[in-house]
Amino acid sequence: MDQFAVKVFVRLRPSVLDPAGEATKSASIKLGAEGIKSIRIGKMIEVKIEGNGENEVREKIDLLCDRLFANTVIEDYEYSLEKL
Amino acid sequence: MENFTVGIVVFPGSNCDRDVSWALEGCLDIRTKYLWHESSDLSDVDAIVLPGGFSYGDYLRCGAIARFSSLINALDEFVKSGKRVLGICNGFQILTESGFLPGALVANKNLNFICDDVELDIVSSKGGWFNNVNEKQTIKLPIAHGEGRYHCDSDTLKKLMDNELIALRYKNNPNGSSFDIAGITNEKGNVLGLMPHPERACDEMIGGTDGLFTLKSLISK
Repeated sequence: MDQFAVKVFVRLRPSVLDPAGEATKSASIKLGAEGIKSIRIGKMIEVKIEGNGENEVREKIDLLCDRLFANTVIEDYEYSLEKL
Repeated sequence: MENFTVGIVVFPGSNCDRDVSWALEGCLDIRTKYLWHESSDLSDVDAIVLPGGFSYGDYLRCGAIARFSSLINALDEFVKSGKRVLGICNGFQILTESGFLPGALVANKNLNFICDDVELDIVSSKGGWFNNVNEKQTIKLPIAHGEGRYHCDSDTLKKLMDNELIALRYKNNPNGSSFDIAGITNEKGNVLGLMPHPERACDEMIGGTDGLFTLKSLISK
C-alpha cells in the first residue's frame, strides 16, 4: 500500500457571491494594502490516505470531493497529491 | 387522523425540535415522536419534520454531514412513497444538501445572522402547504439564519418557475436569495423546504398564527 498526502481546495464558484471575501477585501483596504482587485475565500482540506497506487487513490478522492467535501451546486474543487 | 404521528428528527445540534413538538402537540393536537438521527426505522411515523438548528455544528457546510445519517438514508423511500416531509431552516439546508430539493443555501449577502419577522408571498399551492385561497396572499413568519441565501443556476430556476415549485418568496428579500426564494417544494409536492419558521408562529401570544396552516397540512394526504 502506498501512502499519499492530498490537499483539496474547495472554492465557491465564480458565479456565487462571496460576502465573506468582500468583507475581507474591505478590511484589507483599511489595512492600507493597495491594488487588491478581489478576495475570494475557500477551504483547504488535508487528507492522508493509503491505497494501491495513485489511480485508486484519485478515485477515492474524487468521490469524497464530489459527494462530501464540496457541494458542486455552489463550489468547485481541485486537489494535489503527493506520495509519501 | 387520530393516530397520525409526525416524526421530528433530532440531530446533534438541532435546536428547534422541541418548538416543532410544542406547535404540533400543544397548538394543533397532533401526535409527535422524536426520531434520533441514527434511526432508520420510519415505519411508525406518517410525516416527518426536519427541524431548524445547527446539525453537526454546521461543520463543512450547513446540512453536509447530516446528509450521511442513517435517517436521511432512509428518507428516500419515505419520500418516494408520497409521505410528507417538511424541512425548516437547517432542515431545508439538509434537504438541498441531500438532493431532495434543488439548489443550495449559502451565507446571507450582508453576512448578518438575521432574526426577524418577514412578509412572504405565497406563490404556489403545490402540495397544499399554504392557505392561498386568495391571489397574492401574504403571510408573516419569523426567520433566524446566517446561511439562508437560496442559490441555484438559471436552468434550475427556470425549472422551479415552470413547474410551480417556488412556494414562498420574500417581499423584502433580507438575505440576497435568488428570485427572493424563501421556500420550494419537490415536483410531487410532498417535500417542502423553507427558511422561515412556521413553528414559531402558531400562537397569537408570540406574535402570530400564520405558521399553523403549514404544520397542520402535515396531516393532509
